[in-house]
Amino acid sequence: MATTYNIPMQQMETPRESSAPIVAVNDLRKTFESHTVLNGISLKVNRGETLAVLGRSGTGKSVLLRLIIGLVTPDSGSVCIYGQNIAGLALDRMGEIRKKMGFLFQHAALYDSLTVAENVAFPLEHHRRDMSSSERNDCVQQLLVEVGMEGNLEKMPSDLSGGMQKRVGLARALALRPEILLLDEPTAGLDPISSSEIDDLILKLQRERQMASIVVTHDLHSARTIADRLALLDQGDVVIEGRYEDFQQSDISFVKTFLKQS
Amino acid sequence: MFKNQHDGCDDDWGLMLVIENGVIAATGIHPPLPNQRNKLMPSFATSVGELTNGFFEWFGSLAIFSWQVMKAAVTPPYEWRELIRQLDEVGSKSLPLVALAGAAIGVVISMEARYSLSRFGAKSMFPSTLVYSVIQVMGPIMTGLIVSGRVGAGIGAELASMKVTEQIDAIEASAINPYRLLAVTRILACILMLPLLTLAADASGLLTGWFAQTLVEPLSFHQFIENGFHGATFNAFLPPTFKTAVYGLIIGVIACFQGMRTRGGAEGVGRAATNSVVLASLFVILADVVLVKFILVVFP
Repeated sequence: MATTYNIPMQQMETPRESSAPIVAVNDLRKTFESHTVLNGISLKVNRGETLAVLGRSGTGKSVLLRLIIGLVTPDSGSVCIYGQNIAGLALDRMGEIRKKMGFLFQHAALYDSLTVAENVAFPLEHHRRDMSSSERNDCVQQLLVEVGMEGNLEKMPSDLSGGMQKRVGLARALALRPEILLLDEPTAGLDPISSSEIDDLILKLQRERQMASIVVTHDLHSARTIADRLALLDQGDVVIEGRYEDFQQSDISFVKTFLKQS
Repeated sequence: MFKNQHDGCDDDWGLMLVIENGVIAATGIHPPLPNQRNKLMPSFATSVGELTNGFFEWFGSLAIFSWQVMKAAVTPPYEWRELIRQLDEVGSKSLPLVALAGAAIGVVISMEARYSLSRFGAKSMFPSTLVYSVIQVMGPIMTGLIVSGRVGAGIGAELASMKVTEQIDAIEASAINPYRLLAVTRILACILMLPLLTLAADASGLLTGWFAQTLVEPLSFHQFIENGFHGATFNAFLPPTFKTAVYGLIIGVIACFQGMRTRGGAEGVGRAATNSVVLASLFVILADVVLVKFILVVFP
């Protein structure tokens, strides 16, 4: 059965008034060769909420995001988006769910043969074929204004700094007006000023769009700024989950060490 | 008090020091320890097993990839704009190289055929010899090998580079089928363009072959074409030309497969490009053997 993509956004049914979590990860496990990355973790994110996932490098934070977007298949457990388990879904079925999600890769993953404007327009060209060319250009311009990149439409990704690439990547992730936003290390590799600007941008977008967001980061300061709740991973398990105050009051030695070193 | 210290691996010969009362009393060499195996030569059975495993794993992965591509090819929405872009990449940008190769083939066959036919007193057969050699044999296979080198390496490297920089993941995360956008368009472009490029190579080869002959013994182009195609039917020339569509399928599938399964950064990109060319060329040659037999049976 063929699947069509040109479904107007307003017809997508989402449980806007439901209290059920939009993203729910249950007992998720993933092993690569003999290395267990995730050892049965469970997390939930509600509409309008930002969850920051913290941890040392190599503790499976990015793998968690890839499992949620469906780029990686879990060994066991479930990933539920709007109550639907996405594990094992066919590529085209998964595409319908991904249209509600935006993903910012750690290194932005911009298409290096396209300009900034073409990168941001890319999802619109494929999923909003009802849009005219001028409407699409206006949408792209608006998105780039939101992320502060409006003067760089014709530049190539190789002409941009790391922070600028992340801004463009964020604009592309927001092109389809997603209800779920996944951010993989949005401030990694950036100077403190650029990191602060990215944090402010994420906060502004969150206030305006009320998305369910999951941010993976090792930057505790950034996590405290943008997140409502934090979850700390270590050796494949969630060591602690809650507000920053819960972290400060925790007696777990790893949590104390993490706070001390951050 | 004696103490022995080894300075190398336990399975190697090593230096032995004998220390007595803090002073080196004697030195010597020791043989490999008897309980250590020689790790330098992996067992033959393990190597054969790994090779066999890799062989079946490669073909299995190729089958899964081909299935994904076929499913994507028959379900909308279709990527027409990308297909047109790839037709230009594969077709018009390969044309100069293919035409040049065809020209070279024409000259070589002209010189070789003239010499051989003269020895047997059959110089009048030269036009048909050149025409049949170029169109039925050399034109298709040389076009296939040249395109597998240029296009195969280009597609393999491009997709491998996209894979290692997460661009393919970004395409998939944007709810776009990467098989439909990247693989189907390139494979279709190769299938459609190879026969046309073969015609170009054939035309170039016949033209330069005639020119090389005319420099030695004047022969009008009209006479050359009339003698060369005398008694020929479409069955003699169309199947060899359109069999190159199969070459295009092979080149496109192999190059896209190698590119989209790349791992390992810059080294992986280089490996993908190299493997694309080598494997595509190998399978084109093998396919030529099968297709020639098939054509001889179906179009006698």
